[in-house]
Amino acid sequence: MKVTIDGQEIDVEPGTTILQAARMIGGESVPPAMCYYSKLKGTGGKCRCCLVDVTKGSDNDPRPMPKLVASCVTGCQDGMEVASKKSERVREARNAVTEFLLINHPLDCPVCDQAGECDLQNLSFEHGKLQQRFIEDKRTFEPENIGPYIQLHMNRCIVCQRCVEVADQLTDGRVHGVLNRGDHSQISTCVSAAIDNEFSGNMIDVCPVGALTDKTFRFKSRVWFNKPFNAHRDCDKCCGKTTVWMFGNEIQRVTARKDEYHEVEEFICNTCRFDKKEVSDWVIEGPRKFEKDSVINQNNYTRKLDKVVINTEKGILEGREIDRKKISMAEIDYNEKIDGTNINSKKNG
Amino acid sequence: MGRKILLDKINVPGIKTYEVYRKEGGYASVEKALKKMTPDEVVEEVKTSGLRGRGGAGFPAGMKWSFIDKKSGKPRHLVCNADESEPGTFKDRYLMEYIPHLLIEGMITSSYALGANLSYIYIRGEYMWVYKILEKAIAEAKTAGWLGKNILGSGYDLELYVQIGGGAYICGEETALIESLEGNRGNPRIKPPFPAVQGLWQNPTVVNNVETIAAVPWIVNNSGADYAAIGIGRSTGTKLISASGNIKNQGVFEIDLGLSVYEFMNSDEYCGGMQTNRPLKALVPGGSSVPILPANLIYKTANGEDRLMTYESLSDGGFATGSMLGSGGFIVYDDRACIVRNTWNFARFYHHESCGQCTPCREGTGWLEKVLWRIENGQGREEDIDLLWSIQSKIEGNTICPLGDAASWPVAAAIRHFRDEFEYHVRFPEKIKNRDHFVAEPFEKVKHLVAKQTV
Repeated sequence: MKVTIDGQEIDVEPGTTILQAARMIGGESVPPAMCYYSKLKGTGGKCRCCLVDVTKGSDNDPRPMPKLVASCVTGCQDGMEVASKKSERVREARNAVTEFLLINHPLDCPVCDQAGECDLQNLSFEHGKLQQRFIEDKRTFEPENIGPYIQLHMNRCIVCQRCVEVADQLTDGRVHGVLNRGDHSQISTCVSAAIDNEFSGNMIDVCPVGALTDKTFRFKSRVWFNKPFNAHRDCDKCCGKTTVWMFGNEIQRVTARKDEYHEVEEFICNTCRFDKKEVSDWVIEGPRKFEKDSVINQNNYTRKLDKVVINTEKGILEGREIDRKKISMAEIDYNEKIDGTNINSKKNG
Repeated sequence: MGRKILLDKINVPGIKTYEVYRKEGGYASVEKALKKMTPDEVVEEVKTSGLRGRGGAGFPAGMKWSFIDKKSGKPRHLVCNADESEPGTFKDRYLMEYIPHLLIEGMITSSYALGANLSYIYIRGEYMWVYKILEKAIAEAKTAGWLGKNILGSGYDLELYVQIGGGAYICGEETALIESLEGNRGNPRIKPPFPAVQGLWQNPTVVNNVETIAAVPWIVNNSGADYAAIGIGRSTGTKLISASGNIKNQGVFEIDLGLSVYEFMNSDEYCGGMQTNRPLKALVPGGSSVPILPANLIYKTANGEDRLMTYESLSDGGFATGSMLGSGGFIVYDDRACIVRNTWNFARFYHHESCGQCTPCREGTGWLEKVLWRIENGQGREEDIDLLWSIQSKIEGNTICPLGDAASWPVAAAIRHFRDEFEYHVRFPEKIKNRDHFVAEPFEKVKHLVAKQTV
């Protein structure tokens, strides 16, 4: 099937969604996604960030779709034409969703562990406004302990429900889900149960914001101060392929490896994630690369850098030479008056 | 005198019981359908009747039935949507409470038409007493042989159950209802696939409103053509209207579609005119989710034609000059009503009832309510009116299900038609601090203050 997104045509298999097709094309036309997660079934359609304008339904039925559609759950049709970033309606809708997401999300990026790898930060960088129109009190939740490894900060949650899908699909004996309705919806555990399943740590990785963070890494470092390396170990529970985040020779955090859309390549177990923090536990494969505009690249050491030569001595002395001349009386005519006229044109000596 | 189809026998003493209902000719449609008609013939009759879904959307019922996937070989289901929760709408409760066997008869005939052997009535949690009435009626029908195996020796089997919801408005949305019926959180599903292809337990399913299903026995007993002869154009048959507000006669009325709004409002048979003869200020014709109409657009459309109680006439001119027939929740306001407070009240409801699944509805409905609350409580700012307009426009059309639209339309219509009242609230906060600010001094009397300030 042929699909055109923002003027770029691509052939896709039947059953491909518009978002998947856009990701195959890549670049700026790829809609942002906060709730869709290709590795988890049943995700998508909720956050409404990925809305696109279908300007032509298909070759058989060329009528445009009246409403914007969620690209992550809408299948491609042969001959379909889609406007993503090129559509004014789409941009407006994404701006609106960003504004809605930020009205109750606290702007505590300076202390949030997700800062630097937060999808909402990226979304608001592109679609956010400088001024906020929401002047009411933000909605807040009481802190809640949901277990030894995962810190729940419900105030930051955008109810994308990815973690609920992780609980549903990767763990047995599910103990958490969504409680309440509307903007009172909250991720919580059933009657103070703790989340301690062996694969529960993946909830941290799928959370697009800082609502679920790693208790073993909390406040240890900003992500851009860490050096991420691909590493692996023999694990009988999971693939054992991870990214280890190091500060010097210390492994501060272990995560699953994520692709360019911030989705994990393979889910990992809690033992790898939380218990293996010694360098000797891992075979380090090499530095992990990130997209070039990622804040993690602030500390990039994988790209080739230009050699910087700093002539320290020369730089320091350069100023001094000028100053030395200024304070030396040797070059000054002692007959020179303050106003610049000479009493005697002859130089001293 | 209007024709009665649904409420014809409502005043017969003891009609709630099986014996009286049967004596009055009840269950004749089941006999006729099972003995003399094929399922497809029943579907055709409903198609011919032009019956449109009475839950609010007004989608042709026969067409919906014809979408059901018969080729899949999967079991099919009929689900009756009795989750009536819209403020101002209380017609289904009336039917179920006073003539429960009519719904059960409709369920059996409709299930037969669809080839469904397992059907449900999903009723809202607050209607517990109605649930008990239905349970009793189903037990009576089963004892009499209208439910169970091999009904009337036709070889057709049907089991019918009543399921109580948890009391959530969102469960009136058909896919959320199905999710709830399956035992999940009542979140709407993303369509497609539509329930007619993948509904309850992934099986082909039709979800119809109580009133829609209750109309089927009459259509089968008489004919689709007879039903289509009632009403005007594509608005065929009769409709239950639950009228409330500042009118003399509040209650549930059955009208022929096509009756003029003026006659419905003012004839003694129906609303009987305005309560205490105060001037009419506004009307919500189809339940709280539809746009409010100002007095000058209630009896006449924008073209000056008589406004009729039909799907088409009430929506004439789009939302700029029209509204919707919706679920038939007819709410009338006299000149003492405060439109801002009313809008806030509706917004509060939709904020409370939003399922929270998608962003614009989850966050936007709360924002709307908070801004409206401030305006109504004398803390509004000039820019808040445009802010409200902006918020509602960003919710509308961008959500998974129509609840977002239902939350945004009343706000948009209130600002469109009563903007000066919002401005009055913002400019004269000290005057509106009294919660009954327009009771003693209707807005019409103080309207000039807004105009003076504008000049």
